[in-house]
Amino acid sequence: MSTQLISVDVAQRRLRRLLLVGAVIATIWVVLPIYFLVVNAWSSQDAVNAFPKAFVPEMNHESLSFLLGFDGVLSSLVNSLIVAAITMIFSIGLGAPAGYALARYEFRGKGTFRLLILLTRAFPLPLLALPLTVLYIRLGVDDTLVGLALVHTMLALPFAVLITFSLFSGVPTELEEAAWVFGCTKVQAFRRVVLPIALPGLAASAIFAFVISWNEVFASSVLMIQNRTLTAFLLQNLDVSPMHMKFAGGALLVLPAATFMFLIRKHLFAMWGISNR
Amino acid sequence: MCSQFVKRQLAVLAVAAAGLSPALSQAQSVLIWSTQASPAKEQQAVRDDVLKGAPGAVEFLSNQEGPFLTRLNAEIQAGKGSIGIVGALHGQLTSNAGDYVDIGKAAGDSKLSPAFMKLGKLGTAEQKYLPWMQATYIMAANKKALAYLPAGADVNKLTYDQLVAWAKNMAEKTGGPKFGFPAGPKGLKHRFFQGYLYPSYADSSVTEFRSAGAVKGWEMMKELWKYTNPASTNYNFMQEPLLAEQVWVAFDHTARLADAFNGKPNDFVAFPAPAGPTGRGFMPVLAGLAIPKTAPDRAAAEKVVAHLLKPEVQLAMLKATNFFPTAEVAIPGDFPPAVGISAAAVKAQAGSADANPGMLPAGLGNLGGKFNQVYVDAFERIVLAGQPIKPVLDEQAAALRAIMVEANAPCWEPDKISAGACPVK
Amino acid sequence: MTNKSLPYWLIAPAALFTVALFLYPLSLVTLEAFTAKSGGYSLENFQTMVGHWKFGTALKNTLLLTALVVPLQMVVALSLAQLLTRVKSGRDTLLYVWTIPLGISDLAAGIIWLGIFEQTGFLNSALIGLGVVDAPVSILGFNDTFATLVAIVLAEIWRSTAIVLVILVSGIGLIPKEYAEAAEVFGAGAWAKFTKVTLPLLRPSLQTALILRSILALEVFAVVAALSGTKFPVLMGETYNWQFALQDGPVAAAFALVILALSVGVTLVYLRWLRVPRGAGL
Repeated sequence: MSTQLISVDVAQRRLRRLLLVGAVIATIWVVLPIYFLVVNAWSSQDAVNAFPKAFVPEMNHESLSFLLGFDGVLSSLVNSLIVAAITMIFSIGLGAPAGYALARYEFRGKGTFRLLILLTRAFPLPLLALPLTVLYIRLGVDDTLVGLALVHTMLALPFAVLITFSLFSGVPTELEEAAWVFGCTKVQAFRRVVLPIALPGLAASAIFAFVISWNEVFASSVLMIQNRTLTAFLLQNLDVSPMHMKFAGGALLVLPAATFMFLIRKHLFAMWGISNR
Repeated sequence: MCSQFVKRQLAVLAVAAAGLSPALSQAQSVLIWSTQASPAKEQQAVRDDVLKGAPGAVEFLSNQEGPFLTRLNAEIQAGKGSIGIVGALHGQLTSNAGDYVDIGKAAGDSKLSPAFMKLGKLGTAEQKYLPWMQATYIMAANKKALAYLPAGADVNKLTYDQLVAWAKNMAEKTGGPKFGFPAGPKGLKHRFFQGYLYPSYADSSVTEFRSAGAVKGWEMMKELWKYTNPASTNYNFMQEPLLAEQVWVAFDHTARLADAFNGKPNDFVAFPAPAGPTGRGFMPVLAGLAIPKTAPDRAAAEKVVAHLLKPEVQLAMLKATNFFPTAEVAIPGDFPPAVGISAAAVKAQAGSADANPGMLPAGLGNLGGKFNQVYVDAFERIVLAGQPIKPVLDEQAAALRAIMVEANAPCWEPDKISAGACPVK
Repeated sequence: MTNKSLPYWLIAPAALFTVALFLYPLSLVTLEAFTAKSGGYSLENFQTMVGHWKFGTALKNTLLLTALVVPLQMVVALSLAQLLTRVKSGRDTLLYVWTIPLGISDLAAGIIWLGIFEQTGFLNSALIGLGVVDAPVSILGFNDTFATLVAIVLAEIWRSTAIVLVILVSGIGLIPKEYAEAAEVFGAGAWAKFTKVTLPLLRPSLQTALILRSILALEVFAVVAALSGTKFPVLMGETYNWQFALQDGPVAAAFALVILALSVGVTLVYLRWLRVPRGAGL
């Protein structure tokens, strides 16, 4: 260290500049395509098909207001939100205990269980949809928000289990044991010591559950008739819509998900204050 | 603390309970489950204009093929369901022939084309679907392209060789290929090969699959592909590449060219498909209405079907989707430009002296998809992958033969009627 | 509730749920894959699948895309996560911006990048506007295999790196500053700190991110379909084609089982390679 030719100060400044450049590039890389999406969504049909493309939106509301004025958009939006909320609750409710068990205990069948949970994501849903829909129709729960949320939970469960597993794995058992020594019951120790530390994991699981449920199209189109979600109602036909509608629809889809993540972002960092004292 | 927790749990349960009860109006409206009129604007037009004045409450839901088939088959397997009417393309209706009821009575007094009514029997004795609306492939060109026509070519009476020369001219003189073909995954290119290429070169769709005439046809396609915009493997609908001037001349069916004609009616012309050595082949694209056996209210569904087949409602459908009526009805003059432009080309095509129409495949049941894939695979292997024509056609003919034998389907136009399964030479 | 049975109680709800909603339909579909057309069991569906001219290409393309995209985005996500730890203010805004692609469905992502790469898209508009080229460059054209591959890789990395980033960031907060400071005291440079302190402590999150991303990468479809149409077959696309266009459920099931087998294989490799010892962490 003492044989450095540059002073620590200069090295630090260089590093900071490098970080700044890195952060700026990364931000542009993420934001630019979304900006293009917004440009095309806010332009008229002619502008979207024109060449060269303008880089500034025309501020033409035609496509967006058509979609927003589509019969039943509001109720399908509400349906999507409800299904996403239920998915969040179910996936964390089922996933967090499982993640904790995987992190803390060794038990027979642990490996199988872990593999099984992962595999729910590894098989294409459209193929499972047929037997599932038959089951749902026979039980009479097709076209219900909870029924759809159950399918979405199946998609989100691996995320919830694995992320909480990785978070709980990072919390030393000594912390919990210390709490027991001080007289807390197992449950109290969990609530007061482990849970706060694992909060970022729960926040991440919530984000994934919401986003997965929000963007899911196939099961929503098959299971829901009267209570369609926004994706099934309006946007599964994006692929065959004219260009300007594609962009307008895509932009509309992004907005609620982006809003939700904005509200949750602080919780991803919950522990930084404590760990990085 | 405890009471707050309980209150929160009760709130969740209340939401969940609300989510579990299906909507009350379900039993009273007829659900049309369709693959047509998918784009948002078309769905809206169907709900507002076409279904206005329908008897009773009607719901119209349009889906992509995957969810469409899954829900339909799930309801059939479960033995009960919500779908009242199925509205889909002929090729999407053939697999479930056994699951539809006889719908013959619902036609009312609408005079529907006899050829289409025959197709609607799906190879059985009963009327499984009623022809709902039709379209056909035509060609469209930006007026700029007309300057590059080869000498002596009449755009309304082109031959395929003239088309290739035209495409070559444009590619060489305008800095890039300007011909477009809907070779994307959702394009209906298999209908082009079955109904346009083969009848024009082999005077047959099935039997002469690997004849010398067929080989000539594929050679022409390979030549044409050299002057085709390479982004064509992405194109599903040609109206946008035309509007964006990525291509100047394109094939596609009338409903997928409409936006170009409506957006810039003075920039485009429509004309019949070209002719080959054995005539000017063309084929309809047909959508039909069927009622599944699991429909909750058959009588109400039949009334809605009758409504949809009324001439004025068929005209409303034309306005909404650019699919033409299947009943005899005069088209008023004040319709959007695309209708007039396409209709003229369709008439010229059907009425041309060397017309050699092909019919939609019939009697294939659930092998319809595999049948289409024979032609698509031939295209992808010969034209896209550059494999030698004769061996590919031999292999694909073997696959085709197996399908025809398994389906035991007799030949259809332009092939000669056969006793038993249509032979593949 | 003894200590021995507690883990079983904890996993019971998730396990039962998975059995009812996943194993049940999966078993039906798997059975279909092994059923011959004439009834009875056989491998004929698998033979049809393997014999089809697109199978090899689809398999190769899927594996190629996974092998290209996943390692690259792990590196990108790790760099971004490290960057975040150094940033003092505006950290959550930065993280928020970088995770917005998470909310974009793969369908919408395909549309966005098509709008950038197509012949009349934003990239060509920029190139022409800057005078770099005279005529639009063909990137997604039928002959531009390499360019299309690069386009797909870029679009996929853009779309899905946020998944990895969120997982890593949620785990990175557990690494106390003291460890890094201790390492500095002992003369470790930035790189050594990263490889000897951060990475090992991130192991559980790395394992999670790798497994989940790889499983999802093997199912890549929407972006590929949007950018390359019919040119670039992938396993998932073939599955859908056989299920819906060709109406052959059994062969589609065979394709899906291949995807499943690949996912299992990849997962087992990661589980072994990035083993997380019990009570791990600190």
